[in-house]
Parts: sequence; C-alpha cells; structure tokens
Amino acid sequence: MTTDVQSLPQTRTKDRVSWFASPRAIPYVLLLPAIVVILSVVLVPLLVSFWTSFTAYNLTKPATLYQFVGLRNYQRLLTNGDFWWAFGRTFVFVTITLNLEMMLGLGLALLVNKITWGQRTLRTIMMFPMMFSPILVGFQFKYIFNDSIGLLNNALFDLHIINQPIPWLVDGTLANFSIIFAEIWMSTSVFAILLLAGLMALPKEPIEAARVDGCNPIQVFQHITLPFLMPFVYIAMTIRSLDVARAYDMVKIMTNGGPAGRTELLWTLMTRTGYQNSQMGMANAMGYVSIILSIVFTFYFYRKLVAARTFMGGAQ
Amino acid sequence: MSRLTIEKPWQRWLIRFGVFVAMAILTVPGLWVVLTAFRPNIEVLARPAVWIPQNPTLDNFARLFGLSSAQQGLPVAQYFINSLVISITSTIVAVVIGMAGGYSFARFSFKGKATLFLAFMLSRTVPGVALSLPLFIIWARLGLIDTSFGMILVYMAVNIPFTIWLTDGFFRQIPVDLSEAAQIDGCTRWQAFWKVEFPLARSGLASAAIFAFLTSWNEYALASQLTRTTASKTMPVGLMDFTAQFTVDWTGMSAMAVLIIIPALVLTFVVQKHLIAGLTFGGVK
Repeated sequence: MTTDVQSLPQTRTKDRVSWFASPRAIPYVLLLPAIVVILSVVLVPLLVSFWTSFTAYNLTKPATLYQFVGLRNYQRLLTNGDFWWAFGRTFVFVTITLNLEMMLGLGLALLVNKITWGQRTLRTIMMFPMMFSPILVGFQFKYIFNDSIGLLNNALFDLHIINQPIPWLVDGTLANFSIIFAEIWMSTSVFAILLLAGLMALPKEPIEAARVDGCNPIQVFQHITLPFLMPFVYIAMTIRSLDVARAYDMVKIMTNGGPAGRTELLWTLMTRTGYQNSQMGMANAMGYVSIILSIVFTFYFYRKLVAARTFMGGAQ
Repeated sequence: MSRLTIEKPWQRWLIRFGVFVAMAILTVPGLWVVLTAFRPNIEVLARPAVWIPQNPTLDNFARLFGLSSAQQGLPVAQYFINSLVISITSTIVAVVIGMAGGYSFARFSFKGKATLFLAFMLSRTVPGVALSLPLFIIWARLGLIDTSFGMILVYMAVNIPFTIWLTDGFFRQIPVDLSEAAQIDGCTRWQAFWKVEFPLARSGLASAAIFAFLTSWNEYALASQLTRTTASKTMPVGLMDFTAQFTVDWTGMSAMAVLIIIPALVLTFVVQKHLIAGLTFGGVK
C-alpha cells in the first residue's frame, strides 16, 4: 500500500505521537474502538467470570466474591451427576441437530435448486424461520406440542390416529424429541440457504465434462458438486456453531429443563444454579465449560473453512 | 445443474411434492400462531378443535396496549419502545465501529491480523447465558442493571464481531484499483473512502445493519437477566409476562409474537439478497 504514505503527514519527531500518525498505525487505529468495546464488555467479564469460578461467590452474600476456594467448584462439578447429564445431553443435542440440519439443509437446497419456476419465492419462504427470535420458536412449539390444545395433537385427534393425547412436552423422551425438532426447524434454513447459494455458483463446465466422460449423476454429485459445496458447508457450520447456545432461549420457554430435569442442558442448568440458587461461583465454573465447548466447536469448523478456502484457491 | 439433468415426469412431481412438504413444515407453525392472535380465547381451548377462526377479533392486540376493559393491560407499548431504542442505538454504533474494523481487515496487512480476526470471532462464540453471569455481577456494581444504556453496551459488543466479518467481505469485493485511481486523481485516502468505496459498499452495510438490528431485537438470554422492569425490558423478555406457573395466556402471547415478528419479517425481506451474498462471499473469497 504505497498510497498510504502520500496521504498522511509524515511526522519526524520520534515521540509516541508519531507512531499513531504514521501509516503503519492506521489499521490499528481503525480497529481500536472495536477492540476497546470487546475488551470491556466481553474480555473483562470473562476474567471476572474466571475469578468467580474459583470463589464461593453467592449472590445473597456479596463478601463471598473474595472467598477463594481454589478448584473446589470444578471438583464438585466433576462429581455432580446433574452436571454430567446436562453436559452429555448438550453434546448429543448439538451433534444431532448440527448433523441433521446439515443433511436436511443439503436435501432442501438440492430440491429447490431443481425448481426453476418460482425459486425466488421459495427462497424467501426458506428464510422464514431465520426471522424468528429463538424465544418465539420456543413459544410456537410449546403451543403446537401442547398436549391438550396443541395443533399436533388436535390434528392427530381429528384424523382419528390417536384417542389419548400424546404428552409431547411432559414425557422425558418425547420432550427431548420436541426440543430437537424445534431446533432443527429453527436452523435448517441457514444451511439450506447457504448451500443453495453454493449450488447456484457451481460452475457448469466440470459437470458437463464429467457427464460427457460418462459419469452418472451420483458420481457427479460425489466428486464435483459435494467438494465444491464443502466451503459453504463449513461457513454454515461456523455460523451455526457461533450461536448454538441460542437453543437456551427455546428450551427455557418450552420445557425449562423439565420434566424432572430430562431436557436440562448445560445452559439451563447454569442459569438455575446462578440466578435461582444464587451459587454464582459454581454457575461461572459451568459457564466456562460451556464457553470452551462453544469455542472448540467453532474453532474446529473455522479451521476446516480456512483449509477449504485455501483448497479452493481463494484470495488471502 | 437443472439444465444438465433431464428428469422423468414422475421424478419432477416427486421433487415438487418434497418441496411442498418442506415449505409447509417451515410455514405452518408460524401461520398457526398468527391465526391464534386473532382468535378469542374460547376458540383456542375448544374441543373438538376449531380450525378456521369463527369469530376473528382484534381484542388480543387491544388487550396488549391496555385498550380493552376486560383486563388490565401489560406495558407492551413501553417494551416496544425499549426494544426500538436499544436495538437502533446499538446497531448504529456497532455498524460504525464494525465498519472501521472491517475496512481495516479488508484493506491493510498488518502484524497480528489473522490472530485479531480470530479473536473477534471467538468473542462472538461466548454463549449469551455464560456471559450474562459475570455481566450481571459487574453491571450490578456499576448500577447498569435495568438500564437501556447497559443493554446498548452489551448489544454493541455482541454485534461488532459479525459486522466486522460482513463488512470485511463487502470491502474485499470492491477492487483496490478504484480507490487508488481516485487517490492518483488527487483525493486523500479519506476522501477516496467516502466518495468511492463507501457508496459501493452501502447496500452491504445496510444488510450488516439490519442483521445487527435483528440480533438485538430478538435477543433473550442476556436481556432476561440484565433487565428487570419497564425501564429497560425488551419485547422477548416481555413475552414471558404471559406465562404464570401453570397457566399460559396463549392468545395474548400470540398477539405479542406477531408484534415481534412484523419488523423482523419486513427487514429480512428487504435485505435477503445482500445478506446471502454477504455471508457467502465474506467466507469464500
């Protein structure tokens, strides 16, 4: 960037001011406000949270914020059955939903890509769930899965499929099915829309060449379409893993962890421990576990994205 | 693809059927809530189920704003104003700050660039619920609990990383030559930015702004812990006012859900094209 130099006054003095006025400083100066905000609203709280996770901090007793207890909170977590259940359930929940969303999203994108008439309208409809606040998705499915007045049971009654209401949100297994269904409803569109954008950018020549060479549609899909789509898959995965914890809002309103803790996820257990039981120290220890879980998921897909991008020969 | 493979008629119908079923699943739940918003409560609880509203009514909306004599109103108008003030202010600030950052990433190479970019993205990874715990402690000490200012600060931090990601992508699509040509013609770099690059990136910036607005508008996890009263409660938090221990006011909640979804629906519709382009190009190119 040679043009930087001419546009800025060159200060000859060798004090600190000169560095801030030099072209080398421009990118940092531009980024400074963003860095300040993130430091003060994310990083500092995270440090507080880190400290708190080593104390016996209880919201009702402010002095306990300075009562250092070492690794006690973490030790208790490791021996706490409720925590392990919530952790395991969260891991399984995230794995199942991300995979199903990816497969269903790919399927939907391939189907819509085949339709030429009215495709724009279909794309708009596909964006529909993305407009919904997670709390609204939760409310909507709490209503639909309600055993006495819900749409689903009403439909099953009127079609004479069932005589007894199915307790969608009251039975433990069914409640887990219901929250997974709601999560998939909420997020499959993200995959479908991004993968459809990928399919539309797909170059035609390699496919034509492959078909001339006698590849069948399955081979074309496996060796050309799918590798080309992979960066789009990873973008979608990265975007999704950035906010897997959105599921908290939805589960909070649908079941609030119930019945009897059978849909308790790490996030609902955390707020229950912190705000309802006032055990902030313990809650922050759980918070750290959830943060690390999210970072691991995102970092994994981000690395895949960078690798795929390099493979595609993209710029920078 | 569609022009290369020729399907048999039965395959075409199968595809159409699959698309129809998928679209039905995506739209019916939301439409059902909208229908409920215009029903009297008796119809919702009726058995056998009433499918088509027999007595459509606006009473549920009137109830939200305290216009109905039957029941005292909830301060929904105030929640709506809070939501607007918090979302719009945090969006404007986040876009200005994020644009500066995105431009910096798109146009300069500097030491620690990749690390800094990753750090911004990772800061976005922290789950809202996990961040709410320490923020609750700090905001309580600073007296920021239940203030609009406190929420604006939080949403700025939530939106800046994603705005950086989107604007970085938009600026990278604009050839560097354009700005350089302007500078050769006598513009300063600052002028070149405002006269050449900014106008070209404007539609992209608009979609980044709308994305930030919707994130704040829809957010629940942080707002539910950091707001308390009508002073700062937002719409998603207010929605929970309708649930008591064992009862839920379905029609009232549906009406409020409609109020939350309308701005989101309009804005997403306006911006959809740029949004998809922004997400994909920001990532691939």
